[in-house]
Amino acid sequence: MAEAAHEQKHKGSQKKAVALISGGLDSMLAAKVIMEQDVHVEGINFFTGFCVEGHTHAIRSSQQNKPKRNNALWVAEQLGMKLHIVDVIEEYKDVLLHPKYGYGQHLNPCLDCKIFMVKKALAWTFMEEHDFDFIITGEVIGQRPKSQRKATMPIIARESGADDRLLRPLCAKNLPPTLPEREGWVDREALYDFQGRNRKPQIALAESFGFSDWAQPAGGCCFLTDEQYVRKLADLWASNASRDYELDDIMLLKVGRHIRPAPNFKVIVGRDEGENNYLEGYRHQFAALRATSHKGPLCLIDGTPQADDVDLAARILGRYCQGKNAAEITAEIVFPDGEVRELIARPLLPHEIDQGWHV
Amino acid sequence: MSDCVSSSGPLETLDVRGLLCPLPVIRTQDKIKGLAPGTVLEVLATDPGTLHDIPAWCRVHGHELLDTQREGREIRLTIHVMEN
Repeated sequence: MAEAAHEQKHKGSQKKAVALISGGLDSMLAAKVIMEQDVHVEGINFFTGFCVEGHTHAIRSSQQNKPKRNNALWVAEQLGMKLHIVDVIEEYKDVLLHPKYGYGQHLNPCLDCKIFMVKKALAWTFMEEHDFDFIITGEVIGQRPKSQRKATMPIIARESGADDRLLRPLCAKNLPPTLPEREGWVDREALYDFQGRNRKPQIALAESFGFSDWAQPAGGCCFLTDEQYVRKLADLWASNASRDYELDDIMLLKVGRHIRPAPNFKVIVGRDEGENNYLEGYRHQFAALRATSHKGPLCLIDGTPQADDVDLAARILGRYCQGKNAAEITAEIVFPDGEVRELIARPLLPHEIDQGWHV
Repeated sequence: MSDCVSSSGPLETLDVRGLLCPLPVIRTQDKIKGLAPGTVLEVLATDPGTLHDIPAWCRVHGHELLDTQREGREIRLTIHVMEN
């Protein structure tokens, strides 16, 4: 019924598509291919909390040369289209914790994630003020071992509810014609038949559009494919005896050395000025430790440290500050309730930091 | 800048201090959805990423960025909400 009304409303008018925009090249190309066919395209981008953002990379001073930009917004500007960014942090927990199709190499629930995002885009398109006709993704058959295979394409279309309103312009010719193709909203002949992990066709297409710059995140656009990050996430869940998480928990895993000397607490050590500034934002939630006798990092203590644990945290701080070779350092700890205490600690020697403490 | 704000329409504020991008952009986007064209929105932020992302978001959605100011860690972006 809603679909019939939708059809009536849009009969004869310019068709509208919503494109899932990750900020990478494929979704950028997919949107551009459809824009070239005189379809009105707007982008949608989902923030799960695990997204690898330009800013996250740029937190570290050593990575200041990376562009501090939101790649999805950057793509939208290049294409001259609107971009709607949607906060799905809460809803995404169920995708991560209970993936019907399991995980990829790490904790990446890629297939469930894609189904979730297409489903969300579909819900968004049918909201009264949007009313779009179909959905575009930058998927390419064979591009990703878990989610972008010939067998998974119909699963995503079916389980998301998008069915044949889901168009993959970059590999459409390898798939049965979708509604936008059958109805002549788009010309199937002007779509593509890319497949596999070879990037040359995408790069050639990008060049044909005059694109000379695009984001190339090494591990994809999601921290859940990052081995180190996933190890920290598993440690967080183990220490909390629960797999639930809040946004701050997962954001903090993106920065600093995480050192866990005991199950009840860990010390997060800023590795440079950028990370120290980032950690500053969390001082109201965690005990914050800084050397006053020497230059050094900001450390946060996460957990329920006892008095001895705080002393050990100060010794760990000593190891990573400029007083690491001194007989002792002086440090100040500020607790979230405002209590301030001065500590004197002997810096740990390298062999005194158990390798197993490094998360 | 104050002259510019007072002549442009009602003033609204949004406090996204402490949030990291893209959340300040998302909160700005959601706030503007409920504002009438002509409204001036002041966004208070602390993430330096907002200096790039909120202007970019305004450009793609056709809103006018009137001003950006930075004092220490505090960032203030002033947006003229346009017809959308």
